[in-house]
Amino acid sequence: METPFAITLDAGTSRANHTGSWRIERPLYVDRLPPCNNACPAGEDIQGWLYEAESGNYEAAWRKLVAVNPFPSIMGRICFHPCETACNRVQVDDAVGINAVERFLGDLAIEHGWALPATALDTGKRILVVGAGPAGLSATYHLRRLGHQVRLVDSAEQLGGMMRYGIPAYRLPRATLDAEIARVVGVGVEVVVGHVVHDIEAERRAGKFDAVFLAVGAQIGRRVDIPAGDSSKVIDAVSFLHQVAAGDPPLLGRRVAVYGGGDTALDAARTARRLGATDAVIIYRRNRERMPAHGEELEQALGEGVTMRWLSTVDRFEDGRLVLETMRLSDQGFPEPTGEYEELDADSLLLALGQDTDLSLLNGAHDVVVNDGVVEVQSTMMTNVDGVFAGGDAVPADRTATVAVGHGKRAARGIDAYVMGTALESAPKHELATFEKLNTWYYSEAPRTQRPELERIRRQTNFEEVVGGLTEENALFEARRCLSCGNCFECDNCFGVCPDNAVIKLGDGQRYQFDFDFCKGCGICVKECPCGAITMVPERT
Amino acid sequence: MTRKPVHFYQVGSFAVGNRLLDDENRTVQSNPNRTNSIDSGHRACQGCGEVLGARYALDAAMRASNGQLVAVNATGCLEVFSTPYPETSWRIAWLHSLFGNAPAVATGVAAAMRVKGKSEVRVVAQAGDGGTVDIGFGCLSGMFERNDDVLFICYDNQGYMNTGVQRSAATPPAARTATTVTAGPEPGNVFGQGKDLPRIAMAHDIPYVATATVADLHDLEQKVERAMEIHGARYLHVLVPCPLGWGSASDETIHIARLAKETGLFPVFEAEHGKVTGVSPIRRRTPVEEYLKLQRRYAHLFGPTPRPDIVARLQEIADENIARYGLVTNDTEDSVSTEVTA
Repeated sequence: METPFAITLDAGTSRANHTGSWRIERPLYVDRLPPCNNACPAGEDIQGWLYEAESGNYEAAWRKLVAVNPFPSIMGRICFHPCETACNRVQVDDAVGINAVERFLGDLAIEHGWALPATALDTGKRILVVGAGPAGLSATYHLRRLGHQVRLVDSAEQLGGMMRYGIPAYRLPRATLDAEIARVVGVGVEVVVGHVVHDIEAERRAGKFDAVFLAVGAQIGRRVDIPAGDSSKVIDAVSFLHQVAAGDPPLLGRRVAVYGGGDTALDAARTARRLGATDAVIIYRRNRERMPAHGEELEQALGEGVTMRWLSTVDRFEDGRLVLETMRLSDQGFPEPTGEYEELDADSLLLALGQDTDLSLLNGAHDVVVNDGVVEVQSTMMTNVDGVFAGGDAVPADRTATVAVGHGKRAARGIDAYVMGTALESAPKHELATFEKLNTWYYSEAPRTQRPELERIRRQTNFEEVVGGLTEENALFEARRCLSCGNCFECDNCFGVCPDNAVIKLGDGQRYQFDFDFCKGCGICVKECPCGAITMVPERT
Repeated sequence: MTRKPVHFYQVGSFAVGNRLLDDENRTVQSNPNRTNSIDSGHRACQGCGEVLGARYALDAAMRASNGQLVAVNATGCLEVFSTPYPETSWRIAWLHSLFGNAPAVATGVAAAMRVKGKSEVRVVAQAGDGGTVDIGFGCLSGMFERNDDVLFICYDNQGYMNTGVQRSAATPPAARTATTVTAGPEPGNVFGQGKDLPRIAMAHDIPYVATATVADLHDLEQKVERAMEIHGARYLHVLVPCPLGWGSASDETIHIARLAKETGLFPVFEAEHGKVTGVSPIRRRTPVEEYLKLQRRYAHLFGPTPRPDIVARLQEIADENIARYGLVTNDTEDSVSTEVTA
């Protein structure tokens, strides 16, 4: 066709004009690492399961959750949720109640009897897991999913480790604990309870195990030498909690003092209150700001009538009377003695001064490196002895159940690679979705839902659960407060703000794609993406 | 404004759409079957606000009129970049005549449709600020006065951008254009001149007058919808940032439009029969500097010889708007420093 002067195109639509050739930078959809996922010691894809929960797809959300952590109901109660501390929403109003939603999903799964995913084909490899706490159970679950046979042994009569014998029932009801443990055991595990392993190497040889996972925890309460009269009752808090959990609580009297500032101290004091102590006093040598216990639990303890003696150490305990020395904090924040003393009436003293690991089972495995009372491990969780892995409280790390669950999963992957003779490949970490990468204009203000707390008065006498769960409506609300940091949640902004109609909407759950025939590379989509899931990259030359 | 409360917190009602929202709470723009009144391949600059405003408004008008729409276009960027012979980007019935006569042509189209008995066909006329406040002003005022059944939409980018960024009567004070140079004691455009067309339109007592920006799509679409419910002369004034003429980064277009509203420099409101019936309150109050600094047309206010006195006069204008329209409410956050730019 003849075209007029200076016209090179046939009459028709402007789509003949590929304006994409103007571009010097191109937009690129990315998935960035949400801070909650980054902070989760168990390695959960929190943003991923919240995305499903936001849509009301609770089972899909739960399935994403248990692909990593088989204990959502337990974690939703006892995890100290570092995810919420890291949550970007803190800078908008308040963190998303991730922990509460996790619990909601976990409880829903128990209610509906949702089953864990099927295990892989049997590999014929045999693994011995010593210790059925969170680390051991998590490792067992993941090893079974990979198709390995597992023998799980524990010295106690029931499974759960510190989740059963350390954490009081008012924080973790036994029905919940039993249900989630039974589900893991239900995938086909050889369980041996009441069995103490004395020599790990011998036991490994006898059972022809290809690998061993040590998750023996830290069960020994640390003692200090406190001069005490014969009539003075001093027990360590770990034993005390264990006895209460086993249904054999010791007699403490009406005035109970607890020495220490960690979570165990709070658990012991709150438990003592429930057993009938009129006074439960925590004695701690530093102040509130420097207390290692988690703030939420302290608030609950104070609400139940537990009292605090800050900046005090126990000097001696005689004839129902504690002698406390007052401390002061040095400029560096260390407690220093002042030489001033005061007295406190007490019938018994619980020591919550930290815990040690019983590693006597390593006697036959001399090559395992033990440092400072815990076992040294590599990133695969293997000790320096071939095929011997360790995790949980027995290795150097924060001593929480969630960390232990993460260890169990990591160890399972390490053990799998070891017994199958494969190399352990870890996917490269995505760039962190920091707050600066979000466009918070698009998020409206929505305050956090509060979990109902049992009325304080009721908590003082029984072991009923203290923190209630969310209703479905609240859980959905809470899930929808998620900013979906770094991951597209299909808000249609890029599709709507493109001046060149160069974003193609692929339909629900399919996200979008760019039409590079027409994208001029203006970058508006990047700027207006609420969650920072688009970036600009230089155009290929 | 009647805005339904949306019980959705992740993005509230600020984003274009969302997979979790009912269709009725999503914008026209979130629909993959939207008209795309102005198609890909147009030659608008990177990050053009005007083409965005035009697509937003016309797609909404197309939905409101069930596709029975004729658009009349004045000369301007929008006409030039969309229809270089022999191409057209328009996927709707579209007519261009002269720079100054779009309102009169639209009046004629509406009359023709009436004569032909096609009462379902609605007429929109559109122009840039030059075609509206300067060159087409006489025709527009006549159209208002006769209360002709036309929705006139002005895409205001505050100057003659297509011909090389000359001043119009919509160019704000202190802004640099090719004809308001940054020399002398009062650099840039003068204070105290120019026309506030939404208020002039209101003075005609026409049934509906509204302002909007490309930064609040929900609001813009609702105003188009409201306008399409009414017969008679209607006027919609949409602020559309121009990366070329304003000297802003191409990805800042929507952000700048948002700041124009949040500073109070561009009041967003609607009025019926000469009376203001609703305003979009400021959500996060922002000082004018944050808006000005993103644009090179105001660079002379912040350079080596800064002019805080001129910035203060611009802030006064913003404050007067805030007072006149009641733009600050109890819900306004005084977030001078927390405005987060991605």
